[in-house]
Amino acid sequence: MLDHLPALQVIVPLISAPVCMLVTRAVWAWRIATAVSIAAFAMAVLLAREVSSKGVLSYHLGGWVPPLGIEYRIDHLSAYILIIVAATASITMIAAHKSIGQEVADRKSGLFYSAYLLCLTGLLGIVATGDAFNIFVFLEISSLSSYALIAMGRDRRALTASYQYLIMGTIGATFILIGVGLLYMLTGTLNIMDLQQRIPAVIGSRTLHAAFAFLTAGVSLKIALFPLHLWLPNAYAYAPSMMTVFLSATATKVSLYVLFRFFFGLFSPEVSFEYFYLGKILLPLSIVAILTASFIAIFQDNIKRMLAYSSVAQIGYMTLGIGLGTQAGSIASLVYLLNHALIKGGLFLAIACVVFRIQSVQLEDFNGLGRRMPWTMSAILLLGLGLIGVPLTAGFISKWYILSAAIEQDRWLSAIVILGGSLLAILYVWKIVEHAYFRPSPNPARDIPATREAPLTMLVPLWLLVAGNFYLGLDTSFSAGFADTAMRAFFP
Amino acid sequence: MSWLAEHLELAILIPMLGGLCILVFRNRPKLRETSSILAGALLFLYVTRLLDPDTERTEARTLLEISEGLSIAFHLEPLGLVFALLASGLWVITTVYSIGYLNGNAEKNQTRFYLYFALSIASTMGIAFAANLFTLFIFYETLTLCTYPLVTHKQTPEAQNGGRVYLGVLLGTSIMFFLSALVITWIHTGTLEFTPDGILEGKIEGITAALLFTLFMLGIGKAALMPFHRWLPAAMVAPTPVSALLHAVAVVKAGVFTVLKVTVYIFGIDFIATQDAATWVLWLAVITMLTTSVVALSKDNLKARLAYSTISQLAYIVIGASLAWPVAALGGALHMVTHAFGKITLFFCAGAIYTAVKFTRVSQFDGLGRKMPFTFMAFLLAALSVIGLPPFVGSWSKWLLVEGSASTGHYFVLAAFGLSTLLNCAYLLPVALRAFFRPPGPDVTAAGPGIREAPLACLVPLCATAIATLLLFFYIQPLYEFLYPVFDP
Amino acid sequence: MIAGHFNYWVVIVLMMMGFYIVVSDSNLIKKIIGLNVFQTSVFVLFISMSKVKGGTAPILTEEASLYSNPLPHVLILTAIVVGVSTSALGLALISRIHRAYGTVDETLIHEQDETQDEA
Repeated sequence: MLDHLPALQVIVPLISAPVCMLVTRAVWAWRIATAVSIAAFAMAVLLAREVSSKGVLSYHLGGWVPPLGIEYRIDHLSAYILIIVAATASITMIAAHKSIGQEVADRKSGLFYSAYLLCLTGLLGIVATGDAFNIFVFLEISSLSSYALIAMGRDRRALTASYQYLIMGTIGATFILIGVGLLYMLTGTLNIMDLQQRIPAVIGSRTLHAAFAFLTAGVSLKIALFPLHLWLPNAYAYAPSMMTVFLSATATKVSLYVLFRFFFGLFSPEVSFEYFYLGKILLPLSIVAILTASFIAIFQDNIKRMLAYSSVAQIGYMTLGIGLGTQAGSIASLVYLLNHALIKGGLFLAIACVVFRIQSVQLEDFNGLGRRMPWTMSAILLLGLGLIGVPLTAGFISKWYILSAAIEQDRWLSAIVILGGSLLAILYVWKIVEHAYFRPSPNPARDIPATREAPLTMLVPLWLLVAGNFYLGLDTSFSAGFADTAMRAFFP
Repeated sequence: MSWLAEHLELAILIPMLGGLCILVFRNRPKLRETSSILAGALLFLYVTRLLDPDTERTEARTLLEISEGLSIAFHLEPLGLVFALLASGLWVITTVYSIGYLNGNAEKNQTRFYLYFALSIASTMGIAFAANLFTLFIFYETLTLCTYPLVTHKQTPEAQNGGRVYLGVLLGTSIMFFLSALVITWIHTGTLEFTPDGILEGKIEGITAALLFTLFMLGIGKAALMPFHRWLPAAMVAPTPVSALLHAVAVVKAGVFTVLKVTVYIFGIDFIATQDAATWVLWLAVITMLTTSVVALSKDNLKARLAYSTISQLAYIVIGASLAWPVAALGGALHMVTHAFGKITLFFCAGAIYTAVKFTRVSQFDGLGRKMPFTFMAFLLAALSVIGLPPFVGSWSKWLLVEGSASTGHYFVLAAFGLSTLLNCAYLLPVALRAFFRPPGPDVTAAGPGIREAPLACLVPLCATAIATLLLFFYIQPLYEFLYPVFDP
Repeated sequence: MIAGHFNYWVVIVLMMMGFYIVVSDSNLIKKIIGLNVFQTSVFVLFISMSKVKGGTAPILTEEASLYSNPLPHVLILTAIVVGVSTSALGLALISRIHRAYGTVDETLIHEQDETQDEA
């Protein structure tokens, strides 16, 4: 049983998706989805333990030996990302029932949860597989289902947001497909480990250049690297609240994993940085991303859009870490990835709590919420401090790692931008705080029923994330420790 | 005794426990205030018990290792102990004063006030006993965040704006400069431990050292060097006990304490002198000192005038540190203590006047001295101490600073000190003199014969601190001897 | 040059045509058509690379000894399925958009959103 874990990790959500569709009652669909998410989390933890004790796990699908057969390959990097994805899935699902019940029609919730499970399958599959073409297929599984999920949002703009995402996402995925095809043309293999062995022999070929370019563009679209981020703000802003939580913490993070896998695993860091100058592409774009997106975030009145732009900026930090091209930078980027998934997931969950009570994400409607929803608002405040990077929070640890990686290389411009981004973060986080705590509540004449605190089923997962925000700020043995081991495999 | 010295986290836990009691008794004002005072007294008692010649310095004890080399650790050393004594002692007095002030002005949300007050003291204790820069930085930031609700206590639009500047400048400078200085130090030395003689010797030199020192000094925004001084006047929207907390007990003192710590234990005074690392900061501090004194002169609002006066007094301490001479640095450390007593009295007086007659502008005070003799007498004593006249305690620290600037040959600084003292006289003395010697002005006449002194809870603390400025003049020797080895081992 | 890489020239021309339609046309349905053209070019790329000169279909028989590479065909089968699903989802979205906005023209939809924001 334990031997089949790498495959089960993907297959269990895949099989449960159609089951969910057949269930007629919404509550049962939710129960199945929750149970599967938690099971996926348990499997991810088991896999991480296996990897820690035994080293890389290689699973041969159907018994076919790689490179001919498809291989599922779990190393430290994939185990780390699997945990993040599965943990987010569990937290989201535990909190989801009431919010989804309110935002999605009952008769559609079976379909909704099965789309969610397919999305989870795709995300876990991307991480588990060791086959380049497989990555494309799973990428499309997760993307297609997330287009559907986003379109379920109540505002009609969810439809156009989803459509825009569909067009850009498909172009990105097709670029990746072209890149993989060109690599296959050169080497005759699709297995990532096998590709890594064969690529040094074909360096200098123009096809390899083309493949690298297509992969870079495709992956950048998927991680919403500036200026290819245009799909993200609307998609996050208009998706159902709980799906924003899930996607913000997983979709772009898994795409970042793809970036790691392609440029560190498939090509080696040496090839990517010294031959193809990946750093020269990533660094300037990341710097512009951090500054521009943070700046735009300040002027948003829709809080979900504000946080979405903040996500674009934060993605810039992660690609900046990778772009430094050093082991320290990549570790920093991985630590950042985990911490940001937790903080941003938490913030969107808090917003979901607010939406559940006041049906609005406009800043104006947050006036006086500090008194009416004290627990939710203090969670936003604490997570916001994490986003800024105040000491004792997880966000500080990420900033610390990335800043030391930049200064170690004497990259002063990057260092200044990293710190400047934090200052801009203060501005947009404080905008929320001031509205919640300093503005008087809207007058009762506007006929808003006296707002109560969010239900416990949402508050408990929210505060779990807040606690996580502080735990990861005090104990880095998992985040930095695991990231360190993961990156050691790529930087000999 | 040694058990106490080994568990310095108690100094943080006591005020936090006090905060918990304040929360528990939130609906019973008497018990709430009692627990606030009790926690303060307990903390003060604890810190005094740490005064022991055997354990003047203890090894750093690590509580939590966050990541390799980054740990939360505490240690005991003379400078930190003096700072802790000062802050905890003045906390008790300020709490008593707050009770009088808050009730006298019928302020709302008193529980929140006492709670964040206690948390601020907990952060201050963390700063005082931090054994490395990282720990100090953590508590430095928590102090900013814990004082924010105090600054914005009134929750009015003005409070919101003041809070913005307060938070923006303090968080901004600490993230932009302090944090990067921290990381640069870390990259070059691999440690952030406070070590006698510093840790930078042989790791960096010349212009890099000067840049790093400047980065640190700008980053410590709580020391209010220009151009990052705006937060202090902005924070004047807060109730007066908070201003006392900011100006005397915790915040600015935490700033200059950090300046001294960094100077002595990260750079080392010798290192600064040999690398000539502090020249830029010295000039900046001199400019700050003179400019803000002139600005103070132009302010009619008493609290604003005192705020600018604080900025210029903080610059004294930074100058003391940047002269890179043991006596001058010691003068800076003593000035931290002496200015605290003087300035807290001045703010208490400002608050007492406000509580009694709701006056805020100096021009309203004409003839008020005869109605409120105790308050204005205390104001006069404290003003003389801040100016640096004997027999008040402020004269000692000023003397050492002057001596330091003379023996290092910085005659321009010497002249600046002289000019600044004159300016001090010009903006502080008229406040008390007008009140005593001018005939009652229109505002005082309008208020009629009903003017009385502020409540006793306000009056007693301000008289106590005023008398302390006088008494400490005669008992400064032990403090001097206690601190001297820090600067000249 | 052109004759030798004829297939690849076709791929490039198709790809650019498809891409151009996606980017430039404001009609949502035409965008999907452009996306399909774009994807088809990739299918052609894969099929072209699998062709071995003189090779026959990869079915094991007595006569043939040289076969074309079957793997890209299989990959492209999968990619076609993905492409069809994408088109289906896209069209479904368009029909919902049409119901919600009464138009399938991007600029008109944008205008409606703007006026809604101002309202």
